[in-house]
Amino acid sequence: MKNPGPEKLGAHSRRTFLKSLGTAAVTAAAARAQSVAAELEKAGAEKTFGPGAVPVTLKVNGKTLKLKLEPRVTLLDALRNYSSLTGAKEGCDRAACGACTVLLDDLPVYSCQKLAIEAQGCEITTVEGLAKNGKLTKVQQAFWDEDALQCGYCTPGFIMSVTALLKKNPHPTADEVKHACAGNLCRCGTHPHILQAALQAAGVNATSKTEVIYA
Amino acid sequence: MPSWPAQTKYISQSTPRVDAVAKVTGKARYSSDIQADGWLYGMILRSKWPAAKILEINLDKARQIPGIKAAVKVRDGEFNIRFYGEEIAAVAGTTKQACLDALRAIEVKAEPRQEFAVNENEARKDDAPQVWAGRPNASPGRPRERGNVDQAFGECAAVIEGFYSTPVQIHHPMETHGNTVSWTDEGVTAWSSTQGISSVRDGLAGTLQLDQSKVHVVTDFMGGGFGAKFGAGVEGVLAAQLSRQAKAPVRLMLTRFDQALAVGNRPSSFQKIKMGAKADGTLHAFDAENYGTAGIGAGGDAGGGGGGAALTMPYLYRVPNTRVKQSSVAVNAGSARAFRAPGNPPASYGMESAMDDLAVKLGMDPVEFRLKNDPVEIRRREFQIGAEKFGWKEKYQKPGSSPGFVKTGIGCAGAAWPAGGPSRQTQGEAQINPDGSVEFRLGVQDIGTGTKTVIAVVAAEMLGLKPEQITVKVGDTDFPPGPGSGGSTTCASISPTVYDICTKALQQLQTRAGIADARGENWFAACKKLGVTPLVVHGNWIEGLSSNPAYGVQFAEVAVDTETGLVTVKKIVAVHDCGLIIDTLTLESQVNGGIIMGMGYALYEERVMDDLSGVVLNPNFETYKLPGIADVPDIKVVLLNMPERGVIGIGEPATVPTAAAIANAVANAIGIRVSSLPITPAKVLAALGKVPAPNKET
Repeated sequence: MKNPGPEKLGAHSRRTFLKSLGTAAVTAAAARAQSVAAELEKAGAEKTFGPGAVPVTLKVNGKTLKLKLEPRVTLLDALRNYSSLTGAKEGCDRAACGACTVLLDDLPVYSCQKLAIEAQGCEITTVEGLAKNGKLTKVQQAFWDEDALQCGYCTPGFIMSVTALLKKNPHPTADEVKHACAGNLCRCGTHPHILQAALQAAGVNATSKTEVIYA
Repeated sequence: MPSWPAQTKYISQSTPRVDAVAKVTGKARYSSDIQADGWLYGMILRSKWPAAKILEINLDKARQIPGIKAAVKVRDGEFNIRFYGEEIAAVAGTTKQACLDALRAIEVKAEPRQEFAVNENEARKDDAPQVWAGRPNASPGRPRERGNVDQAFGECAAVIEGFYSTPVQIHHPMETHGNTVSWTDEGVTAWSSTQGISSVRDGLAGTLQLDQSKVHVVTDFMGGGFGAKFGAGVEGVLAAQLSRQAKAPVRLMLTRFDQALAVGNRPSSFQKIKMGAKADGTLHAFDAENYGTAGIGAGGDAGGGGGGAALTMPYLYRVPNTRVKQSSVAVNAGSARAFRAPGNPPASYGMESAMDDLAVKLGMDPVEFRLKNDPVEIRRREFQIGAEKFGWKEKYQKPGSSPGFVKTGIGCAGAAWPAGGPSRQTQGEAQINPDGSVEFRLGVQDIGTGTKTVIAVVAAEMLGLKPEQITVKVGDTDFPPGPGSGGSTTCASISPTVYDICTKALQQLQTRAGIADARGENWFAACKKLGVTPLVVHGNWIEGLSSNPAYGVQFAEVAVDTETGLVTVKKIVAVHDCGLIIDTLTLESQVNGGIIMGMGYALYEERVMDDLSGVVLNPNFETYKLPGIADVPDIKVVLLNMPERGVIGIGEPATVPTAAAIANAVANAIGIRVSSLPITPAKVLAALGKVPAPNKET
């Protein structure tokens, strides 16, 4: 669900990269990265990048970011550490927690599992790109109203997952919300309010089940 | 004696979190988001051995990696490693990639020790390898006896014996531990992901031998702690040393892998419980032996003790004759730290399991049995309210009598959080400006519990303003000192403090403005009369507006698939009290969170270590399972609002009884006790005799 597939990602998908390695790389596997690059050049395979920094152009929240990155830099690392976009969070750096979720052409992806060079040519949206002119989106507003956040560290990831869901399916069921958020973890245990907020953003009036008894 | 207003506009209502906009737009800057000028990455090299003697660390090759600006050892000379993941050295560089390369280039000469122990059941044996040389891993434990237990068992109509165990649980806040530290000639500034800005400041000052006034700690936003983030930590000190050497700020956040090894956990427990009651259901005799491991934290003292593995036994219930023997077992693993209601969830699981097992033997309804033996009037009422809301009487079936292969069951358990209580040293200040804007500054931190919102709600109530008119600043050691966020004490510490600030502010403002009541609609006119000088008012925690302890009960309904062993939690009803409710909305979030964390403890979470290699086998979220949104059941929260008790915290009691209630529901569903957490499908199937039991732990 989270992978838009190599076709959408330009020439440097993992599949084409691996294919380009061929047998030349097998012998070079134990050698230094530089010699891998040299072997590949010699083999006349696809143009290779790195290991040094290369120019990378990312389109994030409608703006163009021109960066110089080693090809091994992830999209998450590029956003958080080579620009000031720290909204996407690093919770695990291995595709298990979803705190780094961003949209690539409207599809939610783990930005920690996408190399920045792979994300070139895509429209990247981070949590910073949602509110326009200070006006929160319905999803952001619902997260606020329903208290769908505690420490807030997982919140950008959940908001991106719910945003992507509602773009595709404006009237999801509770189960569809749960499915869309299955790749996001929250340790504060805010899930019931996140579900409520997602449904609220979709126009379903949520009612709190909490009861206060004056004793 | 001060008292809370009887009629309230904001207190006990639902106020959305005041810092939510920053969090939903990505503008909130957490410690891991700080981009100080010229900042560098920091990373730590950790031991791959569970026990070793480090002879020499050579950082020369690491320093030569392009981009590396600093490299430091944890200490000079030879030293011992006592667990897999213990810190050895650290590097700082311009990119993450440079740091990764540099860690690989560090040369460590070490003598790995083949003798180590990571399994508490092995480590407690007399001939086990010693974690701390010359000290036994486990203390023999000294039995504490009240009454005459041996005689009392002879007077019981029913006696049960059980062996209940709980795993090591890992905190795993979504933001890992770490800091961005800048150490210049002027002093140290640390943007710290912490629950205690003051304790981090004092810790850094002590270790780095600086005046406390030269250390400034800032925590604007932090991504959870649950008890594990109070000190500066080894990682904080290393970040400071790297910053000093590199002459640049260093951001050193732990990896998720690091998080599972070295920065705290909840100790395990192995509880042998024998308990008896008279025919009318009155508990009469209790005999228990418990041990657990707090990692290397147990055994650091004169042998075996310490580390926080001891439990309150027999927990909630009144038993006239009790004998309890406990010990902590040291193993070669990262030390335990406080974890949301330390000692209570395991104690609750052991005792509440024994309660249900004994109720079954007596043929009594488990709720009736608890009402008979619970000495706390508030909690007895909570059991009654919960049973009614849950539909206990209609749902209760004899254990194992649910038809079909997916069996349903119900269970309940109670909580106490006795330690709580406010910090009497809490201070704060407010600055009231001539334009009517007002800013509160308290040296506490908001760890996600809603501390800033609580301050805004109380201030708005007292000043007759709206919560959004109050600017709240916390998380800065330049502000008047407040407590660390632990023990569920923050709300009860800050609410009376804000009350005091507001009372004093109103008095002073009214005097200076010559207005009888400066609140509400008179506020702006009164402030205008301040002229050009803002009013700054200091306040303290005051008596009479807060109290402790908190109680609570929870009821669980589960479905157990007897073909696959899978447990699904269908419903939780939670009844909690925390005195005067400040903000119902954020309170509900905390109760939900406690329940969900308790559910993870019941069903999924366990640090798994390999006895032979001494490594942690599941230092990641793929194999250390946290509850996800699809696992979360229908939760109903019932709150008792008791204004006359003043403000009491809720964070901890909410997580105490969940695992026990779920475990009792599973036992009720299948008619057999799964006596070890987490209740995995494999353990359920083993209990049903469908697969062989795993290695018996004795």
